[in-house]
Amino acid sequence: MTHTIKLTVNGTAYERAVEPRLLLADFLRGTLGLTGTHLGCEHGVCGACTVLVDGDSTRSCLLFAVQLDGAAIETVESLGTLNNLNPLQEAFREHHALQCGFCTPGMLMTATDLLRKYPLATDEQIREGLSGNLCRCTGYEHIVAAVRAARDAR
Amino acid sequence: MKPPAFEYRVAESVEAAVAMLAEAGGEAKVLAGGQSLVPMLNFRLLRPAILVDINRIPGLAYIKEEGRAIRVGALTRHYQLETSPVIAAHLPVLHAAMAHVAHLAIRNRGTIGGSLTHADPAAELPMMALLLDAVIGIESPKGRRTVAAREFFLGALSVALEADELVTEVAFPKLPPNTRWGFEEVSRRHGDFALTAVGVTLTVADGTIAEARIAIAGADEKARRASEAELLLKGQALEPKLLDAACDATRACVNPNTDLHASSDYRRHLVGVLTGKALGAAWKRA
Repeated sequence: MTHTIKLTVNGTAYERAVEPRLLLADFLRGTLGLTGTHLGCEHGVCGACTVLVDGDSTRSCLLFAVQLDGAAIETVESLGTLNNLNPLQEAFREHHALQCGFCTPGMLMTATDLLRKYPLATDEQIREGLSGNLCRCTGYEHIVAAVRAARDAR
Repeated sequence: MKPPAFEYRVAESVEAAVAMLAEAGGEAKVLAGGQSLVPMLNFRLLRPAILVDINRIPGLAYIKEEGRAIRVGALTRHYQLETSPVIAAHLPVLHAAMAHVAHLAIRNRGTIGGSLTHADPAAELPMMALLLDAVIGIESPKGRRTVAAREFFLGALSVALEADELVTEVAFPKLPPNTRWGFEEVSRRHGDFALTAVGVTLTVADGTIAEARIAIAGADEKARRASEAELLLKGQALEPKLLDAACDATRACVNPNTDLHASSDYRRHLVGVLTGKALGAAWKRA
């Protein structure tokens, strides 16, 4: 049995019928075609699928779309565009904070929540804040440097 | 890695939730933060016929000071607990432990009721409930009952909760006057489950320990108190010899597993080291 949900994603209102077991990540990618959100481990460990739900960073593989009637979702597509990166994305580019880019959407959304909640985050808080997101390319140093730069630029 | 099909029901009140659980006769699971449940569903370790979503029940997320207790609603997210001035002021050991609970995105969503009910042996909240002698409030169609944390945790992922029961509140007694505390944890990565964690409180009167509480996570099939070490400390000042004896007694009372992350011997070693550090920190803390 499907349930009809109404929610906004990046400010756009959507109404869709969903099966209860449809994960938010699959709803975003499959139902809405917003493939910026990446799915890695599908059990809440890697952080690649992190999006904001009502302003809080959340694993989209650990939420069902059916739970989100009335919610406001923000995904990586809300941040900037290819020719108009937002300051955090610009800092990632500037500091080489990505190589393959698979983890990047989750890193960006986690850092967005982190810097909103802790605008004066210390270097240690930045490391702790990113500790739930796995990157297999960069060794993290560049990512930490990018978030630090974004913090300082605010 | 996709969850099995289930029927989804939204409970708008505690009464409705427990009625749904009773009607399902053990075939339903409660969906709160979902940070332990949904991974288990994605792995298909669980195949409940029904999920009862309690996230829309109003008034189930709160932290309030009431008389001699701090009352925490079952739907209170870890992030709320971590950042609560009431918790920081009255239960500083819990405040310290919350910084170790998972990662930001998990803390935004995970709930205290969920963590206690899931009862992971290495999780901080069950251990804190045990350390602080919390009382767990439970509702069912038959009414309300309370159970002491000591009687609530039965084993790994196993608690004293019937199929038609819902945890609605956790009441933490305030720390007695002149109570000092310590919390130490070792994990592979900040926010990961503890390899071992130790929390202590020492209530001090006239330069001696009137009451000691020591709780350990990650070193047994469930969080546990080190009762023998607590007795050793009672009525004494924390001299180096006594500290060693208390660490030995704590180490002796645990029965850790070997897994991918650490051997049983290493975990037992950690229990001793962390107990020493936590007791030392508590004793020194003014």
